[in-house]
Amino acid sequence: MSVEPAIAASSSLAPLPKTGRFSMMLQRYEALRAYTLLSPTLLIMALGILIPFGILIVMSFWTQAGFGFDLTPTIANYEQAADRPIYGALLKRSLWMSSAATIATVLLCYPMAYFVAFHVHRNKMMWIVLMTLPFWTSYLLRVFAWKVVLGYEGVINSALMSLGLVNAPLEVLLYSQTAVIITLAHAWAAFAILPMYVSLEKIDKSLLEAATDLGDGPVMRFLRITLPLSLPGVIAATLLIFIPTTGDYITPALLGGPDGMMIGNLIQKQFGAINNWPMGATLAIILMLLIATISLGFMFVTNFVRRRIS
Amino acid sequence: MTQDNAFISFRNVNKYFGKFQAINDISMDIEHGEFFSLLGPSGCGKTTLLRMLAGFESVSSGEIYIDGQPMSGVPPHHRPINMVFQNYAIFPHLNVRDNIAYGLRKQKLPRAKRNDMVDEMLELIKLPEYGDHKATQLSGGQRQRIALARALILKPKVLLLDEPLGALDKQLREQMQLELRALQKTVGITFVFVTHDQEEALTLSDRIAVMSAGRDLQIDSPTGLYENPVNREVASFIGTMNFFDATVTSVKGDTAMIKVDGLGEVSAPARTVPLLAGNTVSVAIRPEKFSLTDEKPDNAQFTINGQLNNAAYLGERSHYYVSIEGVSQPVAVSAQNRDRATKVEGQNRPVWLSWDSAAIVVLKDV
Amino acid sequence: MSSGSYIKRPNRPLQFYAILFLIVLYVPVLFLPLFSFNDSIYVRFPLTGFTFQWYIELLDRDQVWASLMNSIKVGVTTSIIATSFGVLAAKAITRYRIPGRGPVVGFIMLPLVVPGIIFGVALLVLISRLGIPLSLYTVTVGHIIVCLPFAIATMIPRFEGFNKSVEEASADLGENAWWTFWRVTFPMMFPGILASLLLTFTVSFDEFIMAFFLSGTDATLPMYIWGQLRFPQAFPSILALASVILLVSFILVFLGQWINRGAQSDSIESNTKT
Repeated sequence: MSVEPAIAASSSLAPLPKTGRFSMMLQRYEALRAYTLLSPTLLIMALGILIPFGILIVMSFWTQAGFGFDLTPTIANYEQAADRPIYGALLKRSLWMSSAATIATVLLCYPMAYFVAFHVHRNKMMWIVLMTLPFWTSYLLRVFAWKVVLGYEGVINSALMSLGLVNAPLEVLLYSQTAVIITLAHAWAAFAILPMYVSLEKIDKSLLEAATDLGDGPVMRFLRITLPLSLPGVIAATLLIFIPTTGDYITPALLGGPDGMMIGNLIQKQFGAINNWPMGATLAIILMLLIATISLGFMFVTNFVRRRIS
Repeated sequence: MTQDNAFISFRNVNKYFGKFQAINDISMDIEHGEFFSLLGPSGCGKTTLLRMLAGFESVSSGEIYIDGQPMSGVPPHHRPINMVFQNYAIFPHLNVRDNIAYGLRKQKLPRAKRNDMVDEMLELIKLPEYGDHKATQLSGGQRQRIALARALILKPKVLLLDEPLGALDKQLREQMQLELRALQKTVGITFVFVTHDQEEALTLSDRIAVMSAGRDLQIDSPTGLYENPVNREVASFIGTMNFFDATVTSVKGDTAMIKVDGLGEVSAPARTVPLLAGNTVSVAIRPEKFSLTDEKPDNAQFTINGQLNNAAYLGERSHYYVSIEGVSQPVAVSAQNRDRATKVEGQNRPVWLSWDSAAIVVLKDV
Repeated sequence: MSSGSYIKRPNRPLQFYAILFLIVLYVPVLFLPLFSFNDSIYVRFPLTGFTFQWYIELLDRDQVWASLMNSIKVGVTTSIIATSFGVLAAKAITRYRIPGRGPVVGFIMLPLVVPGIIFGVALLVLISRLGIPLSLYTVTVGHIIVCLPFAIATMIPRFEGFNKSVEEASADLGENAWWTFWRVTFPMMFPGILASLLLTFTVSFDEFIMAFFLSGTDATLPMYIWGQLRFPQAFPSILALASVILLVSFILVFLGQWINRGAQSDSIESNTKT
């Protein structure tokens, strides 16, 4: 096999362009390249998440002294939180309300997610966009809209009155826990639909066909195949709604009234009118720990149940 | 083949992905201007090796040299190598001309010169009218040629091709194979070609490296691989092969006497593998090296009686399956249907198999 | 019997439910514009008359313009920075095998899940300990943190559907990372980047919690609205303002989704055509 004259000319390469040392390291270590790209984001997130949280934790061990802080570390705040019944009560109420909202949302949105996954054949994207579009707009405005709807002289009441169905406005609608739960459920619906939709969409339709072939009717099919397989989405949706709503304060502030106040309002007041920042920090930390514990517990239980079922 | 003569050298190259070892101590040399193929099943590491040569994967240990210069730490855009990707990687947002001219930006040529070079390339790949088409509008075969042109226009010393013909249908593939081979001879650069299709490798290559599980099993010319495989794996990967268990009875000079289960005692050239009396070996014989006859032949070196089980008619040749007493698997025999007379008909009847010692390949692994 | 079509048989109750669901989802929000055209200070039925006066009245309020400008300034800055960082991060996450990728991604996505108040409070504490005064700058920082996950989440699907070997081809043909980005990655990514810009701008524009805790004297639009909620006479004007904001947000987000969706099928198509 002969070497063609065409290449005989130069068998030595032109000198390679200089590759800097950092570039050489980048070439060698893929992980290094990746983290270099990630560094601005990580930096910001560290700045925005780790450090503030760190300081929050530290501050929870301080005490408010006039306009400044007494820096001597003390667990007085935590003791106060444990002793005074209002904190515990408010926390419990917040957890209850957000659980109620979560369950309501998940239950109401599951059929919708199911519908789009199984019964929409064209323009699925359009339905998804339609369902999630409201979520992208101002949370404040959506809560405000519900205030308008539920108000004493609001939409529902005035409609009912002018239609002659009631004589006096229903007071229970606004400034109650119900109002908050309804509004939370409505506002966070998109967060529930998306994960459940993804989970349902992924189910292999041929599994259902196999089940039919083996004798299951539609109800059994749903219970034995669709529901279990969509469970990851349901779990994700549950967490995605529960976690943010426990700390909500806009909705209770606008619609809750004294009955519907949540821990978020109290935390916000600590940084505002009450001016007890360390206490606010303490409450925030306690809230976070509670959320984390409940979420982990929830995931653990569902995992356990799932494994038992299969 | 020492490092000094070779154009591309791999020296004790290893590659780990986490705990998984993809490349296991490979050393090989590729010469200037040769059409060199990396052949092996999926997962054998051939694409990984190619990508390490291109610079898209780092070497865990060992070194790669191109024309004597070590390549570790040299990023892909500084290497004198161009690559044709498996899915062609055509830039969807550029038209055909811009795709081909992409790499010329760094050379800062005047526009006229650049256009001339692109025109030349379009002629070479036989797509002169397509310059202004959007690249995404073209068929697979056309895109493959554009990917080629895009690489060749930069006049690289080495062209890497990662299973470029895999996505094409049979006829187009065979046509492209011939074109590629001709192109390589015309342009005269080194081609390193990855494929899992052994026929393709045999057709195109000057030399082939057969790979399996990260190791190179044998590097040889197509003839060498086919006629003298070094072990069972290579032997069965390239073409079909019949294997027989055997023991060496004696060795005299260049010839060894081997007792083959079922076939009796045969003599075989003791080729590159040193044999000793008493060795357990495999005897490998290609299907086309057997002759099949109804009657016992007069002048065959070795012959044996057997039962014809099955025959498969393939037009220009037929495949026969003969069971022999003492041999566990039916022996595959392949014969051209030169005329009606040589075609053996029927099933389940006695036939005679014949061969000579040149047909025998002795393999030490069993 | 074809069991396929059996399963896909239209389910009337479910369809009805879906329509009802959509109605309930949108209607409360639609009351805002409805009453913004109502000729009455009171937000109640029956409707009295049609008028533009509340909208016209908005134009006179300097505060509205001022806070609008503030929101735009913060929004534009946030969207540019969040999108830029997000592009790099999305690339890193989808292309490279990183040790610890799961936790890192989870960490970055935290602001999507953790209650906003916790972030707001934590950042407030940090900023005040650092002695930095509250201003639109601090609001911007807060918004960037909240918007980064959105930017990354928008662009990850685009990067995943993106053919990696195109970038390798560019490197192979001689371009370094910088040039490869500008000649190949960016043009192909552009729709996703545009969508991310639109989305993060909208999120920032509408964002209230961070603004509440981190703004100084200059208010963003949501802050202004919050302040106005105490005055019932101002209600209809606030409705008008809210309706305008809603409309703009809807349009921007819809645009962003539309651009993103169209382009994604484009790149997939170009890579699978044979």
